[in-house]
Amino acid sequence: MKSFASLVKPYVVWMSLFIVIPMLLILLYAITDRGNSVLTFHFTLNNFLRFFDPVFIKVLWKSLEIAIITTIVCIIIGYPIAYVISNVSERLQGLLILSVTIPMWINMLVRTYAWISILSDGGIINSILAAVGLGPIKMMYTDFAVILGMVYNFLPFMILQIYTVLAKMDRALINASFDLGANRYQTFKRIVFPLSLPGVISGITLVFLPAVSTFVIPKFLGGGQYMLIGNLIENQFITVGEWNFGSAISLIMAMIIMGSMMLTKQVDKDASAQASNDGGKLW
Amino acid sequence: MRKLIEFKNIVKDFNGTLVLKGINLVIHENEFVTLLGPSGCGKTTLLRILGGFIEQSEGQVFFEDIEISNVPPYKREINTVFQRYALFPHMNVFDNIAFGLNIKKMDKNTIQQKVSKMLKLVNLEGYEKRPVTLLSGGQQQRVAIARALVNEPMVLLLDEPLGALDLKLRKEMQHELKKIQQEVGITFIYVTHDQEEALTMSDTIVVMNAGEIQQIGSPTDIYNEPENRFVADFIGESNLIEGAMVEDYKVAFDGETFECIDYGYYENQDVDIVIRPEDIDIVKADMGKLKGTVKSILFKGVHFEIVVETANRDWIIHTTDSSEVGNTVGLHFFPEDIHIMRKIGTY
Amino acid sequence: MVGSKRNLAWTIILITLVLMFFYLPIMSMIVFSFNSSRSLTSWSGFSLEWYKALFENREMMSAITTTISIALLSTLVSTVVGTFTAIGISKSKRLIKEIILNVNNFPILNPEIVTAIGLMLLYTTFKIEKGYMTMLIAHIIFSTPYVILTVLPKLRRLDPDLAEAALDLGCTPLQALLKVIVPLIMPGVISGALIAFTMSFDDFVISYFVSGNGVKNISILVYTMSKRINPTINALSTILVVIITIILLSVNLYDILKKKDLKEKE
Repeated sequence: MKSFASLVKPYVVWMSLFIVIPMLLILLYAITDRGNSVLTFHFTLNNFLRFFDPVFIKVLWKSLEIAIITTIVCIIIGYPIAYVISNVSERLQGLLILSVTIPMWINMLVRTYAWISILSDGGIINSILAAVGLGPIKMMYTDFAVILGMVYNFLPFMILQIYTVLAKMDRALINASFDLGANRYQTFKRIVFPLSLPGVISGITLVFLPAVSTFVIPKFLGGGQYMLIGNLIENQFITVGEWNFGSAISLIMAMIIMGSMMLTKQVDKDASAQASNDGGKLW
Repeated sequence: MRKLIEFKNIVKDFNGTLVLKGINLVIHENEFVTLLGPSGCGKTTLLRILGGFIEQSEGQVFFEDIEISNVPPYKREINTVFQRYALFPHMNVFDNIAFGLNIKKMDKNTIQQKVSKMLKLVNLEGYEKRPVTLLSGGQQQRVAIARALVNEPMVLLLDEPLGALDLKLRKEMQHELKKIQQEVGITFIYVTHDQEEALTMSDTIVVMNAGEIQQIGSPTDIYNEPENRFVADFIGESNLIEGAMVEDYKVAFDGETFECIDYGYYENQDVDIVIRPEDIDIVKADMGKLKGTVKSILFKGVHFEIVVETANRDWIIHTTDSSEVGNTVGLHFFPEDIHIMRKIGTY
Repeated sequence: MVGSKRNLAWTIILITLVLMFFYLPIMSMIVFSFNSSRSLTSWSGFSLEWYKALFENREMMSAITTTISIALLSTLVSTVVGTFTAIGISKSKRLIKEIILNVNNFPILNPEIVTAIGLMLLYTTFKIEKGYMTMLIAHIIFSTPYVILTVLPKLRRLDPDLAEAALDLGCTPLQALLKVIVPLIMPGVISGALIAFTMSFDDFVISYFVSGNGVKNISILVYTMSKRINPTINALSTILVVIITIILLSVNLYDILKKKDLKEKE
């Protein structure tokens, strides 16, 4: 109906103002120099070139490395958990999923902050070790702490995505596999696992993206000197004041993420038997 | 025919509800057996117990004289055609059918041969590489049958496999299934609520209701000699009447006595009576055993369905002769058309 | 299906480990909120001083009010706008639909920091002073796309003839909207509103970049305060955890307890 379609008009105006223009501004800042006034722009690619300094490339690699490790750990831990939950009684399933979900609803800063008291040198783990006579392990401000913090924050997403697919799987397919002579392991390998891949891929999307771009977790658990790409950007904008460079880094990061999203979409297309397009499903 | 499967006193309790109340049943080699009954009668439950997907609460299941309750489904020589086919969506037709053979680690050539033979049997030659999600309902169903049969089981279980098909296709598949069963020569155990389907395909029908077996027999037995009210009502159309056996060969209902061909009841025993609509003729008002008025006439193509109202009840008659609403007519039937049945729960 | 004892053991072990992993930090945080000394690692005795400090801390109280008011307002606006926009989208031509949905996805697919920076640049370039309004606007921006994506599938399942039937029976378009369409998609709208509320309540990154003038929400406050050890944060967090848990449990437990064990019936 024509009149119904026009309902989108207010939002379109809103979107252009507050979504499109900011994006364009980032682009603008990225390709121009300091000292712009409203009328004179000095276009340059210097901001991008600056990024190719080994110091910054190292930051990029580290961010990717940590994000990939986090994602893999989330899959390794998350899949068995999701599988196990999907196999218990339905009443228990609801309860377990609830207990996995509750931490998600608690503020991320609060959750990450809580780890400080556990991992620090005088913290809970080290106190227990000391009581048994073992030396203190340095855990704060290490890669380990950062990865732990990330896994802690993002694991529920992975579990939920995989669980949703497993729980919805047609029980008849599993019975058919048994009927045809496959035992539990063979059924898992040939039927359950391949059909659960869309869930794994959803999970990867929900873990990798935030893991690459977060700056709070590295800041709390990695310390002031620990720089991931998110910290770098924050640093450039808030502390150093190099907005042009900061914008360029943001664009680079956005492109990397878009690239990996397209890669995952391709794998998803091949892996899943169904395709559906609601304009970007993330749930 | 040799005995293949025996159910001994199978009871199944689902959360306090008794779904099966003590089933005793023998199934033979090379038999097409249909478990027939309304929704909830327990027929699918019994099938799944045999398949190994659920465990009975009490009782034993024997396969070739060996008790198999502890044997998991993947070790039983039984295969199932599932109600909604359960084809593996991430595999094509060939891989679906070959699944069981791959599990058994057969060599590629043997698998190729067997699958091709199956595809020919179900008329799907050339469909090997097709993704199963792109097939029509009828084609998916045939893949499901092929996938089960290629494993050469001793028994094939079919759980209402034709339910999702349209009428014409369903009738075609009924004939095809019967043909396949006779060609391959194995036991088919078929579950359905459609009595016409059961009558068409089966060697033996097991009529079930509320967790109990009501009657076991061939299609003609079940149709012509229903043992009780439920079976008579469930199979075919019927006129069900309550009456009493005055003495051997004589039954009384609607205030009159009629000659019949049953015997062996005690004097004045209450019984259920069924007379099939197609066994009744419409005759002149004074020439019939009963008299009544025509209430309605429906043209059904093959026959007219005429409802005649008598003093005690409405009668359904199937006849090729027409009449007119309001006419006074006579109803005629022969003694052998009166079927006497014991009341449920009596002997 | 016949289960095995060994599977059960594994199940219990895995689940216990995972639950321990998730709840240990939370438990430790709650415990130390009652600590009578300023330590997060050594226990010196039970005390409610941090809770007292929490309520006496004006900055904290103001942050809490800010967080709640922004969450409520942004939820209201984004839900209403999002719902009507979703309705409009569902009736739009394919091309317009694609364009709108793709742009709509930017705040979702972009890392938060990119959205945050974009907004910050916007405000600075147009010399808009950062404060409460800028934060509110920002929250509406990142919430509305989620509302749209939550409501849209529900609209898809709606019978397309319903709106026309309403018009046929004499409704003006607005009436058809309010009396027929909205009531039927209400579950989706409520879901969307809940998501919008949660995202706003918990938001840190975007709020951090677009607020100024001393306007802080809870997350920003925790961030600035965490530079030194301060168990008042624990007290605040504990209260949040308790409230959230109570809400989630009461909503879900009711559902869960009603369900019979359906797994066997398959």
